[in-house]
Amino acid sequence: MSELQHVIEMSGITKEFGTFRANDNIHLDLRKGEIHALLGENGAGKSTLMNILSGLLEPTSGEVKVNGKSVNISSPDVANELGIGMVHQHFMLVDKFTVAENIMLGREKTKFGYIDRKKAEKDIQALSDQYGLRVDPSARVENISVGMQQRVEILKTLYRGADILIFDEPTGVLTPQEIQELMGIMKKLVNEGKSIILITHKLDEIKQVSNRCTVIRRGKSIDTVDVAVTSQQELADMMVGRSVSFKVDKKPANPSGAVLKVKDLTVKETRGFDAVKNISFEVQAGEILGIAGVDGNGQSELIQALSGLTKSSNGSIELDGKNVTNLKPRKITEAGLGHIPEDRQKFGLILPMTLEENIALQTYYKKPFSKHGFLNYKEVKIHAKRLIAEFDVRTPSEEHSAASLSGGNQQKAIIAREVDRDPALLIAAQPTRGLDVGAIEYIHKRLVELRDNGKAVLLMSYELDEVMNVSDRIAVMYDGKIIAIVNAKDTTESELGLLMAGVSLSDAQDQAEQKGKEKGVVDSTK
Amino acid sequence: MNALSIIQLIVSSSLIYAAPLILTALGGTFSERSGVVNIGLEGIMVMGAFMSAVFNIQFAATFGGWTPWMGLLAGGLIGVLFSIIHAVATINLRADHIISGTVINLAAPALGVFLTRAIFGAAQTGPLPESFGRTSIFLLDRIPIIGPIFFENTSGPAYFGIVVAILSWFILFKTRFGLRLRSVGEHPHAAETLGIKVYLMKYSGVLISGLLGGMGGAIQAQAISNEFGILTIAGQGFIAMAAMIFGKWNPLGVMGAAIFFGFAQSLARIGTYIPIIQNIPTIWLLVMPYLLTIIVLVGVIGKSEAPARLGQTYIKTK
Amino acid sequence: MIRQSKGLLNSLLVPVMSILFGFLFGAVLMLAFGYNPVEAYRAMIVSVFQSPYFIGEALRQATALTFTGLGFALAFQAGFFNIGIAGQALAGWVSAVWVALAFPDLPRILLLTLSLGVGLLVGAIWASIAGFLRAYFGTSEVIVSIMLNYTALQVTNFLIRNVLSEAGNTTARVGENANMGFQWLSTLTQNSRLNVGFFIAIIVVILYWVFMTKTTAGFEIRAVGLNASASKYAGMSAEKNIILSMFLSGALAGLGGAVHGLGTFGNIFTQGGLPDIGFNGIAVALLGLGNPFGIFFSSILFGVLNIGAGFMPNQAGVPDEMANIVIAAIIFFVGANYIIRYFIDKRAAKKQTASSTSQGGDV
Repeated sequence: MSELQHVIEMSGITKEFGTFRANDNIHLDLRKGEIHALLGENGAGKSTLMNILSGLLEPTSGEVKVNGKSVNISSPDVANELGIGMVHQHFMLVDKFTVAENIMLGREKTKFGYIDRKKAEKDIQALSDQYGLRVDPSARVENISVGMQQRVEILKTLYRGADILIFDEPTGVLTPQEIQELMGIMKKLVNEGKSIILITHKLDEIKQVSNRCTVIRRGKSIDTVDVAVTSQQELADMMVGRSVSFKVDKKPANPSGAVLKVKDLTVKETRGFDAVKNISFEVQAGEILGIAGVDGNGQSELIQALSGLTKSSNGSIELDGKNVTNLKPRKITEAGLGHIPEDRQKFGLILPMTLEENIALQTYYKKPFSKHGFLNYKEVKIHAKRLIAEFDVRTPSEEHSAASLSGGNQQKAIIAREVDRDPALLIAAQPTRGLDVGAIEYIHKRLVELRDNGKAVLLMSYELDEVMNVSDRIAVMYDGKIIAIVNAKDTTESELGLLMAGVSLSDAQDQAEQKGKEKGVVDSTK
Repeated sequence: MNALSIIQLIVSSSLIYAAPLILTALGGTFSERSGVVNIGLEGIMVMGAFMSAVFNIQFAATFGGWTPWMGLLAGGLIGVLFSIIHAVATINLRADHIISGTVINLAAPALGVFLTRAIFGAAQTGPLPESFGRTSIFLLDRIPIIGPIFFENTSGPAYFGIVVAILSWFILFKTRFGLRLRSVGEHPHAAETLGIKVYLMKYSGVLISGLLGGMGGAIQAQAISNEFGILTIAGQGFIAMAAMIFGKWNPLGVMGAAIFFGFAQSLARIGTYIPIIQNIPTIWLLVMPYLLTIIVLVGVIGKSEAPARLGQTYIKTK
Repeated sequence: MIRQSKGLLNSLLVPVMSILFGFLFGAVLMLAFGYNPVEAYRAMIVSVFQSPYFIGEALRQATALTFTGLGFALAFQAGFFNIGIAGQALAGWVSAVWVALAFPDLPRILLLTLSLGVGLLVGAIWASIAGFLRAYFGTSEVIVSIMLNYTALQVTNFLIRNVLSEAGNTTARVGENANMGFQWLSTLTQNSRLNVGFFIAIIVVILYWVFMTKTTAGFEIRAVGLNASASKYAGMSAEKNIILSMFLSGALAGLGGAVHGLGTFGNIFTQGGLPDIGFNGIAVALLGLGNPFGIFFSSILFGVLNIGAGFMPNQAGVPDEMANIVIAAIIFFVGANYIIRYFIDKRAAKKQTASSTSQGGDV
């Protein structure tokens, strides 16, 4: 051990926010030239720990050593000077600025008081050549691809002379091919002498690139292991603290007639180009249709059009025998739609309002909750109390604000509201995002139950595991189109991965087969 | 009147009425580029007008012909002081920007008149001894045709405003400070992670708006009203905001819009001398800047033109 | 029960502290200019309460502020900053006077209803322009309202000079049938201008409360104001609620202007700037934290300040603008309530740690 040089040693790190302990006596060390994974569930304390390392937060107690010297990282500037750079999960980019402006911001070189753009662009080009990070320095960030935006984020840290790079959940928004490219870039970076901390909860990525892995759970560091000799199942168990079964128990589906019929649907997104392109599909009563795909391939727009939040520009939507194309949300809801929205805090709930008001959000204007334009709060309360008990929403009372509930209980309240209305079709968009394992299992169980009761369920999720385990059939969206619909029990993760990257079904089946044979890494088809 | 003298009259009076608007609208541009809405510009102009009037009366004997320019500076300084209230409220105390601006607009006229009474014993200062008057721009006024139209017997402060506009454009788009100021209005969190002092930038934006707004008020008092009273500033701060939006937060566009609004305001006063326009009822000329702003807002300017995080409070990570 | 009373106490803390700090700020300013703040405040407040006449006048002033304050609060709850209250009130004022002058011979009850109704409607329509543009074009209601304020000001002055009088600066007084006075009220308050508008204001306060808390329309307005996206998801029409809330907001402001115009002046005269009841109404709404009863009491406070200010020059030698400075300072602290809450929370946290350590000792 001693011959290995530690570029970072964090010991006994504790961070408290009021009475909440986000980090509790965490240890982490990073060796020079390694990729070190930091694994943990949402809310385990990974981001807090990394914000401490990048100077955005100061620890309540504990010591940080960089290159063997004890340091006090009091600001992002100090972290910069120590050679620590962060590639943020949500890109920290100014949309209206050019790539070059984003990279130089805070480190601008000036000549006679004005910014020397030529010099900056030349420096950026040199860095980009050295590490294989293709960017266009003069393009505006709002006009470049997500993959290039991430390369800009990486270049920002390199431009500041970072030797230690922190990647915070870098693959969430990328296609499998872009992920492969990123893995290549990370390997190149360590070959050039950089050291990397990779924050993730994706086990296959850890296995693929990292040397060691530190697991944290509920603010505490559990263990640091050598990745090569640890199995994915072992890592997963350490992460969640108990053995997890990734499987959802369910009977075979018993589909009985189409509830939702979508024909040739086209939807424009806010900037005016087509986000959903000429899509047709059906969802049967008694089945769960999953929609898989990388974030940003038109799934959100599809669901917004189905629920009436966005207008479609072409095509038709039929729900339970009624044509609901471009009707207002309320008309579609009344035609038999239940909708668990993708962003539960933005669309699903009015956080400052009470839980009972939120539970009545879709029905407040109807009898018995309302009569002659006046609300009947007695009925609203009775209704809320029943659902809170039935769906096990944990809250001190129905008069507490929705904001005071945990994420899982907020989601349960939404599900209660939507399911209780007995809709013919339930759309569940990202229903388990950010929730703990217990809540996830509960929600999956409810979806399957609904299906078994003969309802149609449309499940949209960016988590491949979720789509594969819960759905009966899976529609894969890529670039605004459904490029294939496959049976969940007949498909494989690698086949879906290829489909999500835009490979056609027949090609994907060929390649997936080949991969099975050679155990090789899938290359881009281009 | 012949054509040349009519044009000269239009240009010079447009510039006179535009001068306070140019500076104040530029001030608003700096504030909003840093992400802080400043509807308190009206109140800041009131304080600038008040201060310059007091200065003008007290120091006319000392500075002679330079008095209005020194008064301009005094107005700018009081504007900076007053804008600190807005900066502290919106940046540190997380107040709603509109509420804080409303407070400034409530407080300034009351305070201005309160102080005027405390100093002069009356609600108005009375006529100022040294006003800006009309100047000719050295050498440029000798250019044939263009010289007499634009540079002879014209408004000195307006040309000062034009110079400030060009300077502001350079600062916002070509310097390090400008890049950082704009980054804070667009994405303060990104700026913070890059070590930029977000609050310092926002303070700079608001305080510059105080400086320029105060100067705008000083010009209004010393070049147009020639006194200070409760009616010296009557909506000019809001017209300046309109010019800022009209000019899409770009100093050169803002300057153009301010000159156009100055033109509209002056028409209401000199329209009777000008053929065609003399037949339009003055009421239309008076409300034109306001209606045009609404039309332009509805028709031309998308939301994307404004700084992305305009009016949002930014809370530092620690 | 306990939780509720604690909530009430907490929500009262910010306005009460703000009022205190506001007066304190005024006192410091007066001291700085060599005035005696105790004398000034005594003159301002005690003088009002010594005479039924001035109590009546303060309540009359509070009447107008209640309307404009409720108007601002309604739009504010829907998420809009109706800075156009002043222009809407002015529009209501001029149109109410216009109607009253045009039909002097209608029976009193009819003429009053008609005049106030037209004032209400014109204010509502004026505000709806901003609401409509916001709903269908996404145009900032703040900027549009500001522009409409000055348009209303110029148009009103134009109407007074060119239509409602013969090139004069003031209209004739409205006839006896448009008089809002109440004999026993004026007798009670020694001929103050307190009028029936005060009772209308009280009724409107109650109606406002019922509307916002008991009706589905009020529920929708609150929902849209708190989360427009979720409201749309729940099938509420954003456009409808934007326009409705601006319409009602302008209606209240217009009614306020009409009551103010007919009840206080009985005519209209050219204005140098926008009427004070507009911006003071905004102040009242912010101090009342959007609660109709809070707004009513804030209006009375500001009514007393407005009327009491008149005593300061003679009795304490302090310019009467002091009252508006104090009002501005109060609203500053309401707006910047973060600082007040910060200290409250800090004290609460201290208490909590103190109690938890003592509990820890027990274990």
